Amino acid sequence: MIESYIPIFLIIGVAAIFGVVSVNMSWLLGPQRPYREKQSTYESGVDPVSTAHYRFSVKYYMVALSFIIFDIEVVFMYPWAVRFRELGWPGFVVMLVFVVVLAVGFIYELKKGALRWD
Amino acid sequence: MEFTDILISLIKIIVMFVVVLVTVAELVYTERKISAWIQNRIGPNRVGWKGLLQPYADVIKLLLKEDIVPTAANKFIHTLAPVISIGVAFSTLAVVPIAGETISMFGREVQMVIADVNIGILYILALTSMGVYGLTLSGWSSNNKYSLLGGLRSSAQMISYELSMGLSVIGVVMVTGSLQLTDVVTHQAGWMWNMVLQPVGFITFVVAAFAETNRTPFDLPEAEPELVGGYHTEYSSFKFALFFLAEYANMITASAVITTLYLGGWQVPYLELLQLPSGIVVALQILAFVVKVAFMLFVFQWVRWTVPRFRYDQLMDLGWKVMLPIALANVIATGIVILLIS
Repeated sequence: MIESYIPIFLIIGVAAIFGVVSVNMSWLLGPQRPYREKQSTYESGVDPVSTAHYRFSVKYYMVALSFIIFDIEVVFMYPWAVRFRELGWPGFVVMLVFVVVLAVGFIYELKKGALRWD
Repeated sequence: MEFTDILISLIKIIVMFVVVLVTVAELVYTERKISAWIQNRIGPNRVGWKGLLQPYADVIKLLLKEDIVPTAANKFIHTLAPVISIGVAFSTLAVVPIAGETISMFGREVQMVIADVNIGILYILALTSMGVYGLTLSGWSSNNKYSLLGGLRSSAQMISYELSMGLSVIGVVMVTGSLQLTDVVTHQAGWMWNMVLQPVGFITFVVAAFAETNRTPFDLPEAEPELVGGYHTEYSSFKFALFFLAEYANMITASAVITTLYLGGWQVPYLELLQLPSGIVVALQILAFVVKVAFMLFVFQWVRWTVPRFRYDQLMDLGWKVMLPIALANVIATGIVILLIS
């Protein structure tokens, strides 16, 4: 069984080698004439104001948190979906309860405006 | 696993790499030609016959340009990000079967898929999540405000649409009862394509695939008018080319996955009635797969030059308030229908 995964490791290896080689290709083939202005951060032609690692909107964190909750739900549903026919109605009802509990939380989140972008 | 098996795998991998790279080059060409036709222009027609060698000229030009890394950037991650993007884009194709029959090579029956693992669908979803890292890290490590915004937007967008993508596929898994992609294709014999059995899931999956590949109307990570190019503002030379390569390779991957999951993969309806020799069957199945993928690629390009870009709040609203409930309802409806039939 584990043998069927060997080609996957091979392809990831080949892809990584391809990536590393091509990243270094332009360093080998291209010219190297750096100076301060060329290497400065691009900000529409003016000197950059402060660093770019500033605080950003909290909404991105809300999206990330909601994603983790729902992604776990999705991954949780995969084994259930594979064995769906064998589980029959009892399995369906159990999953329905789980989905309804999550849906109530999701509706609460929407009503609170956690995912409102303006 | 003997040496011959590893050799066969390596041959398949290298053939796939060459095919994908050539397809990417010609996709750039068709994209420019299609956009030209839609906008009533001529498009590239100087390099080679009808401009067919234009993308190769572009690649050589990009290779010979200076590779500028800004002094403010985190050099290691700045270099790592394009490698992640391109690696993920290529690796996903490992589990996609391109023909059902086997061919003989070195005295073995070789399957027309690189890795026929029993969790193929999970593997695709896992690698799709990895793709977010390439864009996010490139945006963060550049230490540029436009890049950071592009990276943030792309990560929020991609994780939002990943949910509807995963939920759409659950419908297919329920119909098939397996996570193995060869099983998914075998199950779609004749005209029983999942597009017919799962019409709502098909639409949500295609929309999510557009968002995952950052194609118009979902190309906010690189929205040129507002973000100068988004996450790849600070990239030049071949690293810049790698992001474009990854975008087009992702399009090929997405089309191949859509074909496999919903358009019947390599299935040619009623082919088994003709009793053809297996060599011709393999050729016809590969041809069917290529035609279906090419059609999906054309749809990707057609949409790009037809539909305008979303505003960011519209994009997130569509993902969370429309796509997610529809995909969830589709799973429940599929469950009720399957249980009522059986």
